[in-house]
Amino acid sequence: MNSIEHLVYMANQIGRNLEALGHDHAVAATADHIASFWDPRMKRLIFERLEVGDPTLSDIARAAVTCLRDRGAPAPQSRATEFAAVDQPGGSDAG
Amino acid sequence: MGYEPQADFGTPASDSAETITLTIDGREASVPAGTTVMRAAAEIGTAIPKLCATDNLKQFGSCRLCLVEIDGRRGTPASCTTPVEPGMVVRTQTPMLQKLRKGVMELYISDHPLDCLTCAANGDCELQDQAGAVGLRDVRYGYEGANHLGQAKDLSNPYFDFDPSKCIVCSRCVRACDEVQGTFALTIDGHGFGSKVSAGTAADDFLSSECVSCGACVQACPTATLTERAVVEIGTPERSVVTTCAYCGVGCTFRAEMRGEQLVRMVPWKDGKANRGHSCVKGRFAWGYAQHQERILKPMIRASIDQPWREVEWNEAFAYAASELNRIRDKYGRLALGGITSSRCTNEETFLVQKLIRAGFGNNNVDTCARVCHSPTGYGLKTTFGTSAGTQDFDSVAFSDVILVIGANPTDAHPVFASRMKRRLRQGAKLIVIDPRRIDLVRSPHIEAAHHLALQPGTNVAVLTAIGHVIVTEGLADEAFIRARCDWDEYQDWARFVSDARHSPETLEAVTRVSAAELRAAARLFATGGNGAIYYGLGVTEHSQGSSTVMAIANLAMATGNIGRPGVGVNPLRGQNNVQGACDMGSFPHELSGYRHVSDTETRALFEADWGVPIDPEPGLRIPNMLDAAVDGVFKALYVQGEDILQSDPNTRHVSAGLAAMECVIVHDLFLNETANYAHIFLPGSTFLEKDGTFTNAERRIQPVRKVMSPRNGLADWEVTQELARAMGLDWNYTHPSEIMDEIARLTPSFAGVSFAHLDEAGSLQWPVNQAAPHGSPVMHVEGFVRGKGKFVVTDYVPTDEKTGPRFPLLLTTGRILSHYNVGAQTRRTANTAWHPEDRLEIHPTDAENRGIKDGDWVRLASRAGETTLRALVTGRVAPGVVYTTFHHPETQANVVTTDYSDWATNCPEYKVTAVQISASNGPTDWQEDYEQLSERSRRIAPPVAAE
Repeated sequence: MNSIEHLVYMANQIGRNLEALGHDHAVAATADHIASFWDPRMKRLIFERLEVGDPTLSDIARAAVTCLRDRGAPAPQSRATEFAAVDQPGGSDAG
Repeated sequence: MGYEPQADFGTPASDSAETITLTIDGREASVPAGTTVMRAAAEIGTAIPKLCATDNLKQFGSCRLCLVEIDGRRGTPASCTTPVEPGMVVRTQTPMLQKLRKGVMELYISDHPLDCLTCAANGDCELQDQAGAVGLRDVRYGYEGANHLGQAKDLSNPYFDFDPSKCIVCSRCVRACDEVQGTFALTIDGHGFGSKVSAGTAADDFLSSECVSCGACVQACPTATLTERAVVEIGTPERSVVTTCAYCGVGCTFRAEMRGEQLVRMVPWKDGKANRGHSCVKGRFAWGYAQHQERILKPMIRASIDQPWREVEWNEAFAYAASELNRIRDKYGRLALGGITSSRCTNEETFLVQKLIRAGFGNNNVDTCARVCHSPTGYGLKTTFGTSAGTQDFDSVAFSDVILVIGANPTDAHPVFASRMKRRLRQGAKLIVIDPRRIDLVRSPHIEAAHHLALQPGTNVAVLTAIGHVIVTEGLADEAFIRARCDWDEYQDWARFVSDARHSPETLEAVTRVSAAELRAAARLFATGGNGAIYYGLGVTEHSQGSSTVMAIANLAMATGNIGRPGVGVNPLRGQNNVQGACDMGSFPHELSGYRHVSDTETRALFEADWGVPIDPEPGLRIPNMLDAAVDGVFKALYVQGEDILQSDPNTRHVSAGLAAMECVIVHDLFLNETANYAHIFLPGSTFLEKDGTFTNAERRIQPVRKVMSPRNGLADWEVTQELARAMGLDWNYTHPSEIMDEIARLTPSFAGVSFAHLDEAGSLQWPVNQAAPHGSPVMHVEGFVRGKGKFVVTDYVPTDEKTGPRFPLLLTTGRILSHYNVGAQTRRTANTAWHPEDRLEIHPTDAENRGIKDGDWVRLASRAGETTLRALVTGRVAPGVVYTTFHHPETQANVVTTDYSDWATNCPEYKVTAVQISASNGPTDWQEDYEQLSERSRRIAPPVAAE
């Protein structure tokens, strides 16, 4: 798959693995994940897939990317995944 | 300071809390109960003569040299087997004892070659020392009687010789193999005068035996019977430096024993807290690559990869590299550059590379080899516990009652820790192995797994969820622990999830191919068997659900209350020597050192104030994303320190396409590795023997790396990175790695109390080292989890998209072997190739027969990504339908076959599941032939131009 297809695959894969959290939680967690780990270009490319209505984006991935686009950058980290949630006690590796 | 052998107290230390006081030669000694008289004497400086005793082996009592007199006792008991008692009065030197010892020694020497002056162990021989200690001056029996002199030497092992003529049959080698290594390769064959050390094979040589060449027998030998060949060739050492091994994540401490700047031997350091005086074949013997003729010692540049390399001076190399990086930044923007830090380099060097990228390149496009190994560990343990690292120290295993090993093969990949684990298993701890292959731990001498769950590759999450199902539905969860330490609501969500009938072992059996009854029994054992410890490796992480599997493991540990004390915990076995440290140092594109996200304003402000530059708040590119971006034409320059992504990363064709699309690839390494085939600038690297710094092992232990010889290339790696940074205009002025560590400590809360001075004083420190834990943290999450409440995460099993089918009906899983390390760049340039000269494909007899393949045949290994050829090894170690190979040899390029599928959370490649077909082959693939030609062309070095 080319790099665009790969990005869509990655977004769908994140959503699929978080699906068991329930739809709304999975959408928030997927958005949070992309915000936390994707570089600006990858985010821009996935936003473009949203704009062109890429039918291969899954429901969760589409909702997550929509959410991410609408809330603007820089994205705060939600409690959805809590990865490196630096604003909570004990959240960094300071021990 | 001259050469001093390591102190030997004769018998192991006792860990009793009770103290006993006795008198030895008129001096009072207070020692723990259970201590032997020999050790008690040694601890007050009295060396009782001994031969069969050494302090890393249980007392044996065979040589009869250590006799003592004890008031109120008849005879002359052996001090090595006599425990101390309160008020005991011991005499170690009397006329009677002197006479007895001299008589014993006389018998030994009457059957020993008198070639001390030409013996390799002259001056470093316990027999020689003890003959002097007992005052032996002549041998009344003469030397003409029956003896063992003139026997043929066994020279089969590439690293040490066995000379039976010099053997005194003290059994120290046999006992070391049994007790320390746990391989049981040696035995004493025969009896009486005919007793001899035997490797137990038809050829009766070490190489053909079960011997794993760990060196424990050589270290234990009190004579020159077992001697390192380097000592034979060079002579005995004259000084030593304590340093840390640069191979796997166990992080063994060694004494580098030297003559001048020549390394004579690496001897495991008894005070090393990771290895406790043990070693493996790699760390002990495979260091010859440092002097290998293929090592590149001069910088080289070229305008394009079809040109030969041109050797240049360092200044020209730095200037050219900086001009290329600046040109690309000006032309394509700052996001077109990036770098990869090395898990083989020191913390200080890794820190500098990520600093160069963040402060010099101006972005977060930095990644490290953990991307392709333990990035899911970082994600999973951070999410559940709050810390991206294992919870225990290695000593913890001695307190485990049930050991669960999943997706790891410690005897091959982490052999020194495996020996410690095997020791505990021999003491009675129970073992559960979850692995598609029948790894050695499943059944080896005196060890047998209680349960081997030979799952279908790719079904880790299903198996762990099923174990959770049994624990919850059978009421085996530790609710008191969970209520006190974890988020109860999240536990209930998880408990409901795993309790669902669709997650029962019986339902999932069709997916996992694991017997439901066996799985239930394993789950019950883990939940009820006492201290339960989980050890895992890349068989967990290198899957499309690697992060989910790590979190599923954390769920089980929390559900059973197995966190926060010795003997339990979640323990990732890290692959490379400093992969933990590389991650700690901010090598990931979303984190600064100490695992703090780049989006955090306060953390960025800390670095910005210290470095004087803005830090990009957006995450950078991971390695696979860099390669995708390169293929797309927007990522143009890469600085790679000590990493060979072309050989180690998946889907070699894609990696090569990405590298080929870049305009400037800088490889900083010891050798012209495979990645260097696509490089424009080569900066020669230095070995761990040639620099100062620190490595951090799998137990978060920060250990000193000490320079024992000058860098053959002229510069340590941290100096190379600094000069590159200075050429780019950064005002770096470090004069020693200790200053870099000071900066790390200043900017990283978990390293706040770390300094070279503190490390020299303590020997090693396990992070976090800070005000709350000034001496480090052997076990984490003792009072509570770092994140507060432990987090249960629902981990749904999502099958991989890499499917078998008619074209590719078998599943390939890849891994490593004892004698080689990672891409083999170091170990292939040592005599370790004696054990593993090529990658082999393990295939089950049934699958082999169906394809007409015999053991040793060349076979074609093909997947949707590519194909290669290698020879077959027909074995029952793999299940039907599963094949296995290693990735140590570039001739095979096993990663031509692996795919782009990766972990959903971290992009860690799915190395462990590739659908393949195997067929007979009569030659290399087109890829192999093309690649061989490319390598030959790319490695050309232009002859120097004669001066005018």
